[in-house]
Amino acid sequence: MAEYLRPQSEEEFQRNFKQKKPLMNTTEAFVESSRCLFCYDAPCIKACPTHIDIPLFIKQIHTGNTHGAAETIYDSNWMGNACGKVCPTQVLCEGACVLNHAHVKPIEIGRLQNYATRQAIDTGKVLYQKGPSNGKKVAVIGAGPSGISCACELSALGYDVTIFEANEQPSGLTVYGTAPYKITNEEALSEIEYLQNQLGFEVRYNAAISSAAQIQELESTYDAIFLGVGIGPTSTLGIKGEELAGVIGAVEFIRELRFRKYELQLPRRVIVLGGGNTAMDAASESARMGAEKVYLVYRRSKEDMGAYSFEYDLALSAGVQGIFHASPKEILESDGFVAGVEFVKTIQQDSRLVEVPDSEFVIECDLVIKATGQAKMGSFLGLIEGLSLNESRRIMVNHETYQTSNPRYFAGGDAVNGGAEVVNGAYEGKMAAQGIHHYLTH
Amino acid sequence: MADLSINFAGIKAPNPFWLASAPPTNSGYQIMKAFDAGWGGAVWKTMGVPVINVSSRYGGLNYRDTRMSGFNNIELISDRTLADNLREIEEVKKYFPHHAVIASLMVETRKEWEQIIRDVENAGADGIELNFGCPHGMCERGMGSAVGQEPEVLETIVGWVMAAAKIPVITKLTPNISNIEDPGLAAVKGGTSAISLINTIKSIMGIDLDTFAPYPVVDGKGTNGGYCGPAVKPIAMNMVRQLAQHPQISGTPISAIGGIETWRDVVEYILLGATSVQVCTSVMHYGFGIVREMERGLRRFMDERGYQTIYDFTGKALPNILEWKELNLSYKVVASINPDKCIGCQLCYIACEDGAHQAIGLSSDPTNRIPDIIEENCVGCNLCSLVCPVEACITMEKQPAKAAPVTWEELTEAGEIPNSFNDPRAGGNGHYVPEPAEALRKKG
Repeated sequence: MAEYLRPQSEEEFQRNFKQKKPLMNTTEAFVESSRCLFCYDAPCIKACPTHIDIPLFIKQIHTGNTHGAAETIYDSNWMGNACGKVCPTQVLCEGACVLNHAHVKPIEIGRLQNYATRQAIDTGKVLYQKGPSNGKKVAVIGAGPSGISCACELSALGYDVTIFEANEQPSGLTVYGTAPYKITNEEALSEIEYLQNQLGFEVRYNAAISSAAQIQELESTYDAIFLGVGIGPTSTLGIKGEELAGVIGAVEFIRELRFRKYELQLPRRVIVLGGGNTAMDAASESARMGAEKVYLVYRRSKEDMGAYSFEYDLALSAGVQGIFHASPKEILESDGFVAGVEFVKTIQQDSRLVEVPDSEFVIECDLVIKATGQAKMGSFLGLIEGLSLNESRRIMVNHETYQTSNPRYFAGGDAVNGGAEVVNGAYEGKMAAQGIHHYLTH
Repeated sequence: MADLSINFAGIKAPNPFWLASAPPTNSGYQIMKAFDAGWGGAVWKTMGVPVINVSSRYGGLNYRDTRMSGFNNIELISDRTLADNLREIEEVKKYFPHHAVIASLMVETRKEWEQIIRDVENAGADGIELNFGCPHGMCERGMGSAVGQEPEVLETIVGWVMAAAKIPVITKLTPNISNIEDPGLAAVKGGTSAISLINTIKSIMGIDLDTFAPYPVVDGKGTNGGYCGPAVKPIAMNMVRQLAQHPQISGTPISAIGGIETWRDVVEYILLGATSVQVCTSVMHYGFGIVREMERGLRRFMDERGYQTIYDFTGKALPNILEWKELNLSYKVVASINPDKCIGCQLCYIACEDGAHQAIGLSSDPTNRIPDIIEENCVGCNLCSLVCPVEACITMEKQPAKAAPVTWEELTEAGEIPNSFNDPRAGGNGHYVPEPAEALRKKG
């Protein structure tokens, strides 16, 4: 029996996807902020990829300087609100909180961060302004976390920035690829709007850059170009039946879910293939959408999964069943639709994963969600002259300046790191902006 | 089983837990409720010529998420008629004949004193407390702390009262003076039966950052109020012990007041010489029910140590409280960090580094956040152990004595103390102090 009933309205959808980190009220924020020890050389700061001065902003919240707290956060991280909500804080700042060592609950840093930034966003508090124009122009490709961060940083430094975004709205995977119980669409979009209102960069939507002619035009118009293009659609498994109706990529599934919400009707039985955080999200979400049976199938062991253990626990608590050491061989068909997946059992021999002979078995299902990795944006990147990619087709950059092998191009986010957290994209975009600034002023 | 009952200067009560004269003792209703909850006595909200009070009367000092670690008020004495109060005293005594009901009084003339003493005695009060402490409002009219701050006036009025009263008289002192012994001595000379202290401390609780008005705000303005609550306890304890150690005062029973909330506070005051305690702020915060924690804690403390009555341990801390010049300069403790308990907050490091004696170092291995005590630099100041958030993680370990015990007084007598600006006998001589410019090299 499923833990969740199929949502039939926006209200029921919100209930099934209740926010994991809800907004604190004033009393919660006051009490929670009072617990911070104000550590010296605080481990939480070091654990944050953007190095936010966390003890400072917590003290600021406690002393009623909430806008000051938001400023402390944004000074280090332009995606301060999104990160407060979607960061895996258990393994970052909150995981590093020294209170853990005393078996005391760590400070809820993510929710405090959300508290401060949400107040700034909702009141439209002006904390930044576009720097005096230096006459230089930068194009940013992609309005995801890295692109937005890069644009904010450059605008504050006085650059005229234009973002080219293929979709009809910004935020990248913050909206399109994050589980709805981590952040709502409205929250993610309102932060970007808040930043744009202050810093004045331009965003062109439905403006995919895909041809050599477009690239040439960008190069002739802009002094530097930032690539925040992310990664591509879900890659193919290369097994029979992948083209059937009822087979979907996890990224595509999450995107559908986030925009259609309760109107997206899930069938009874779902198989999610994969062992990463996206697989956990897709499985959790399927269960919360009321699917009666959700199998999470991974070809290696539970311990080998790339996902954080708390994400797996979350999926389990939603009613997902994990099956390990099973590799998909074929997606089975009935009348043009998915009918099930045939798996073969695997075992680990030394470092190799091998199939167990004659161990095939079938799990019947109505929907297969592939969370087995995303393709790289290789073909588009190939159009940029002198741009080096590594063997995994990630853009190679200098890790201090985020400059690529083509000196006018800088890059950050998933296209560089292969697919990490919003906070990593936010940091890399900001650092790349500093790299661009150094490049154009020296 | 311990016997908690007391005989305080002739006032008998089933236990030493009394309510101080304050809002919780404003009415017979409250005092009956308090006695029913376990309080042994109550000092009635000060009676006199009734006043008119302002609206907005109390202010709180919060520390982090702790409410009212300090508290103040600008309320005056009872705003109820004397007739109402007397009738209720009589009624309370009818229900609780063995509990202590003490009438706090504040009037101006000798005639008024004689009249009101007769009235409260007739109503059945077990004792009288003279309010010579109120530091706001009443003192502007020549009463309260205006009396407590003038030892001669105080002695005179105590004299009037003693001549008129048939029941025991407690003189309540204000802390708003430079030396508590002066009014204490005046009260004894006036013949008082007992002393209670401290009344509240003159205070401004805070300023509204939008209106610039002081708290508590009365129509955009404010005035100094009387400060009390847990934050004043150390000040009150010192004043109590000063009187308890004074040769001419120590024979007079002391009722201690100031920041009492738990059984530990009660025991501490008794160890300093008090034989009854009076409580207000914690009751205003949590209600009369807190007495059950005090009562059980005191009882367990006494049972575990075999004390039959509170007089068995009254004043036991007094012999240990000396003058600074009498302390042993050869005694040495050094901090010790328990690495199994340390959580790596490094507050001890930065507290010592910036706030004390640069006697704690950090590991060169960035994954090891447990600081090290540099024993040769440690002066044994306690600071690290005070800031450490982990229970019993940093302890101060006694070091083997390098020299025989010696005090400043003895060194002075022997002519061994530093007596010029650059005297080589300076205590800090030979102690490591970094060069000033080191401060900037350490950065980053």
